[in-house]
Amino acid sequence: MTDSRPVLTMTGISKSFPGVRALHDVNFRLFPGEVHALMGENGAGKSTLIKVLTGVYDTDEGAITLDGAPVSFSGPMQATAAGVSTVYQEVNLCTNLSVAENIFIGREPRLLGAVRWGEVRRRARALLARLDLDLDVSAPLGSYSLAIQQMVAIARAIDIQARVLILDEPTSSLDAGEVAQLFRIMRQLRDEGIAILFVTHFLDQVYEIADRITVLRNGGLVGEYPTIELPQLSLVEKMIGKELDVLEGIEEHSRRDLAAVEEGTPLVAVSNLGRAGAVEPFSLTIHAGEVVGLAGLLGSGRTEVARLLFGADRADGGQVAVNGEPSGLRTPAQAIDRGIGFCSENRRAEGIVADLSVRENLILAMQAARGWLRPIPRRRQDELVEKYIKALSIRPADPEVPVRNLSGGNQQKVLLARWLITEPRLLILDEPTRGIDIGAKTEIQKLVTQLSDGGMAVLFISAELEEVLRLSHKVAVMRDRQMVAQLANDDSLDADRVMQTIASGTHREEADR
Amino acid sequence: MNDTVGRYRAMTAHRLFWPAAVLVVMLAANTVYRPGFLSVELKDGHLYGTPIDILRLSAPLILVALGMTVVISTGGIDLSVGSMCAISGAIACMYISQQPDQNSLPVVLTALAMALGVALVLGAWNGVLVAVIGIQPIIATLILMVAGRGLAQLITEGQIITINSEPYRAIGLGHVLTLPLAILIALAAALLVGAFTRRTALGMIIESVGGNAEASRLAGIRSGRVIFLAYVLSAVCAAVAGFMMTANVSSADGNAAGLWVELDAILAVVIGGTSLAGGRFFLSGTILGALIIQTLTTTVYAMNISPQTSLLFKAVVVIAVCLIQAPAFRARFARRRSSAPPPSAVTDSPKEQVPA
Repeated sequence: MTDSRPVLTMTGISKSFPGVRALHDVNFRLFPGEVHALMGENGAGKSTLIKVLTGVYDTDEGAITLDGAPVSFSGPMQATAAGVSTVYQEVNLCTNLSVAENIFIGREPRLLGAVRWGEVRRRARALLARLDLDLDVSAPLGSYSLAIQQMVAIARAIDIQARVLILDEPTSSLDAGEVAQLFRIMRQLRDEGIAILFVTHFLDQVYEIADRITVLRNGGLVGEYPTIELPQLSLVEKMIGKELDVLEGIEEHSRRDLAAVEEGTPLVAVSNLGRAGAVEPFSLTIHAGEVVGLAGLLGSGRTEVARLLFGADRADGGQVAVNGEPSGLRTPAQAIDRGIGFCSENRRAEGIVADLSVRENLILAMQAARGWLRPIPRRRQDELVEKYIKALSIRPADPEVPVRNLSGGNQQKVLLARWLITEPRLLILDEPTRGIDIGAKTEIQKLVTQLSDGGMAVLFISAELEEVLRLSHKVAVMRDRQMVAQLANDDSLDADRVMQTIASGTHREEADR
Repeated sequence: MNDTVGRYRAMTAHRLFWPAAVLVVMLAANTVYRPGFLSVELKDGHLYGTPIDILRLSAPLILVALGMTVVISTGGIDLSVGSMCAISGAIACMYISQQPDQNSLPVVLTALAMALGVALVLGAWNGVLVAVIGIQPIIATLILMVAGRGLAQLITEGQIITINSEPYRAIGLGHVLTLPLAILIALAAALLVGAFTRRTALGMIIESVGGNAEASRLAGIRSGRVIFLAYVLSAVCAAVAGFMMTANVSSADGNAAGLWVELDAILAVVIGGTSLAGGRFFLSGTILGALIIQTLTTTVYAMNISPQTSLLFKAVVVIAVCLIQAPAFRARFARRRSSAPPPSAVTDSPKEQVPA
């Protein structure tokens, strides 16, 4: 399929920001009818390359050609008009508008200035039919799942005679079934001759769908490889630039002794805690030094459990005892007082304060606990910040940079450090490794192990079962907003058994979607 | 060569550069028009001259704008400050006017204390509406903006209360150490608010709440208290500004005192570089902004611009100032002039790019 001429080439692309060299002499080409994976750690330059391509950024050096002719887009609008469409990680559509409006917003078919709504709906239906989607195009987009919204974004992108489709981490919030649906559509578009640039952190997905792989590291090009000629292990090595002994260190640590940690008064004992419409009443004990994994599908109530434990949502029934004392956890501030920390899965909306510097984000929770009248002395701040920037290798290592300038993985580390500074007794981590690269992921997993060895209890929520099994003493399984099982993580427990519990755990009928 | 370019860039990138430049240009234009504009002379141990007048007259606006900066930083807005000025002035003047000895210092101090007490209560009212009940700030403070005028009228019984009190008059027109007392009060308030926010952790916590309220809540910040405090602070600042306004004319007019000052204050905050969306706030920028607005008003008088056109003239200048301030506008302007694209400006844009 690569015997034709490339539809898109980028040669010698360089791009610097003040103090950072984001891209250096990068080449990239894309052939019609292929899925091409762009791989690299956080901060390797993937997003910058895409933004240069679509004209969000200007290049410092280098040339881009489309169909052999040199192009330079002044912005995403122009790129789209030329046939280069992008679908971003977070769906950038208006959930309050209808499906059809979302597809055609900004370029509605008009007659004498008036929008031809019938035509809009008819064309939207035709477009969605091409993707084998049967939706009510007049329904608000928000009434559909995130996966469907993603498909609608793709429909919008390919309508404009797209020849190049850029998918920037489209799968990070999708569950397995939804990913399969997305891949089916990607294959179909590929067969129609569209060139697809696919960015993801999930290695398995790359091997499932990509024809070729381009690897970036630290803003430079490592190489371009046909997928079949690049084994998974060497891909990871090329991405992180070193041998893969780090991961194995953790593997040895697996299979942790549940009985050893589960003695004495539990640190947190939950009985029949629940909230109508969010999660059915559940009971759970967490001991000091114990890692409890929370497994389940997207939307099964994992996050809701975490939010109740942290007081982010108010429970409408049940009790929580911390160290044997009954405690009402009605607000986050109360939970923090009792030594609980919570890293939200929604980094941008519920985690970082983008305007504030890395230093301010790091000390935020500690300062909040002290109250505004007792500022942390600047010298103490600097000590703490330096310590955690080093311990978690947060990059860039400049505490005064606004945190919005950091890559996703580094923002995640800042959030982690914010809680570690408060020295919590129970740390709730909701999808701490989602959307971050394998190097940072390994570091975070190692950190969880170290923390629990040091006596901290961790509630670890993740969609990746291997990760949950690797780290946890016991695994609580969520299904349809119920906690259906709590399984000791001994030798008999493996991903299949957890999967079966998720699939068939209860007597409840298959409900939503 | 490269070094000077770099230094120039670093200077123009400083957030106070453009407001300061605008102020300098305005003063220069005035001096060209009227060469004696900048001259200051010492008479009877007091400094006199147009620059001193500008400082003195900008004092109430600086005060109101300081409080407004903090409120805006939380992501809110306080429309009631103008009415607050009128209420505090009315209470103080009403009390003084009913006393046999209007020149007695204890009488004036009692009047100020009473008015400040009411300001605390009304600020708390705003704070409760926004932080506890959760009404949108623009609506919550609109209540007091409208009702407050009525309250001021009730206090003065619809009359203009004239007083004859030297100590009270001094708040607006007195001098200390050759300088107008009003500007010293404004300066002291600025230092106080600065210390209150920057020497404690309050400033950072306010910026955090204004930047991302939900993330702040989940970090354990009791944002309600912080927001409440901001509205109380704003009301107190406005009350002191109200003393100055009424002291300047030795009378309290419930209708006219502080009329539209909330709009000037919001403008000063924006010129100073604080985003209306909340987050980072800059007290020094706000003060510069207030000085720019007062200089503009003085310019209109000094240049004998007819009253019919003065509002239009002000509007044009304000639009120009806001455009010069905006990085996006400057970048576009620079791009149009030289075909080469500007080298930076990418990292300045705070919001996410929305794809087509």
